[in-house]
Amino acid sequence: METLILIILGIVVAPVLGGLISGVDRRITARLQSRFGPPILQPFYDVAKLFGKVKVINNFWQVFCAWVYLIAAALSVGLLFAQSDLLLIFFVQAIGAVFLVMGGLASPSPFSQVGAQRELIQVLTYEPLIILVFASIFMVTGSFRIDEILNYDQPLLVKLPLMFIVLGYALTIKLRKSPFDFSTSHHAHQEIVKGVLTDYSGPYLGIIEIAHWYETIFILGICALFWHTSLVGVVVLLATTYFAEILIDNTMARMTWRWMLKYVWSVGLAMSFVNLIWLHAG
Amino acid sequence: MLKKFIDNSRAKSPWIMHFDCGSCNGCDIEVLACLTPMYDVERFGVINVGNPKHADVLLVTGTVNPRNAKVLRNIYDQMPDPKGVIAIGACGLSGGVFRECYNVLGGIDKVIPVDVYVPGCPAKPEAIIDGVVAALAKFEGLKG
Ligand code: SF4
Repeated sequence: METLILIILGIVVAPVLGGLISGVDRRITARLQSRFGPPILQPFYDVAKLFGKVKVINNFWQVFCAWVYLIAAALSVGLLFAQSDLLLIFFVQAIGAVFLVMGGLASPSPFSQVGAQRELIQVLTYEPLIILVFASIFMVTGSFRIDEILNYDQPLLVKLPLMFIVLGYALTIKLRKSPFDFSTSHHAHQEIVKGVLTDYSGPYLGIIEIAHWYETIFILGICALFWHTSLVGVVVLLATTYFAEILIDNTMARMTWRWMLKYVWSVGLAMSFVNLIWLHAG
Repeated sequence: MLKKFIDNSRAKSPWIMHFDCGSCNGCDIEVLACLTPMYDVERFGVINVGNPKHADVLLVTGTVNPRNAKVLRNIYDQMPDPKGVIAIGACGLSGGVFRECYNVLGGIDKVIPVDVYVPGCPAKPEAIIDGVVAALAKFEGLKG
């Protein structure tokens, strides 16, 4: 019963939080560019407006994929709040990621096709890193279950500092921030228009936006596990991490997928390797 | 209540798309100037999107001719309702100095319905922002 309440709580609270975070994100980005920026509630206005538009669809699959993406994202956050198994959560969110790619491939538009291919490469880049992070958490705490991880008496950050940076890479890719924003980005004036989201419009774009808020909360939730011992620690850690994301987003140019694959895998794997050896020796 | 929120949001987040039907670039520069930190239209929720399927307001500059009329029509048709169209600059309004040319059809309104006309050669960024606000009045009109 308690678990059910937690799941529902997660599913309801997460999009609100995610929307607020993305509003603050846009505001801080604007300040960094010495602009004033939109109101913090702007993402909610955007989504509400999208839901008020006429439905234009290419085919049934596109709609189906958008919904599966949303449901998988919501479910993974719900399971996270319910302190379920990390591996289960990982597979649920991977389904969402794959369906987003399928939705892009379902439409004949070349922009959407290219965007979907690039999104697929992004998925390929961050999923192994997330698995490594989960595996290292298991090595420290001896469990994949979040409720047992929360019983561990020391912040994981002490044992796994490098793994946190690796998770930071996954966060940057998942949030589609520069230098990894090549499948789609918030300000979509780039050579592939809006990439994987090109053929979504109106309510379905709104659904994807909400799913994206869930994903933000999902990755931030995993980050929070690294300092679960104190509430202040969690808040400080998340605020610093997200601010670093925004800074990186504003100071980096977008790179190619080849660069991303080489760079993220080599650095990510090297850091995981060093951290795990150190864990083993220590 | 939800409907009211959606209607309010419509006026708060106009995503614009900019199409250039062969302008001299004067008006285009002014449109893009609106997006710079100086005028910062993102304050009002405006985002410049490159995709007609995501756009609410279409800004058109330059003269229409038989060739780009098809493209303009196509872009207009791809935008989901409710949508607004703003014609910018003397060229967009009537053809401007190119009015009598053999290949110029005249104003944008010969091809697609226009909601707001922003005069000037080039139109000032302030006037363009005013035009977008005036186009939002159309969305407000949808409320009832
Ligand atoms: S109205 Fe003037 S500035 Fe604008 S496109 Fe025409 S000639 Fe150029």
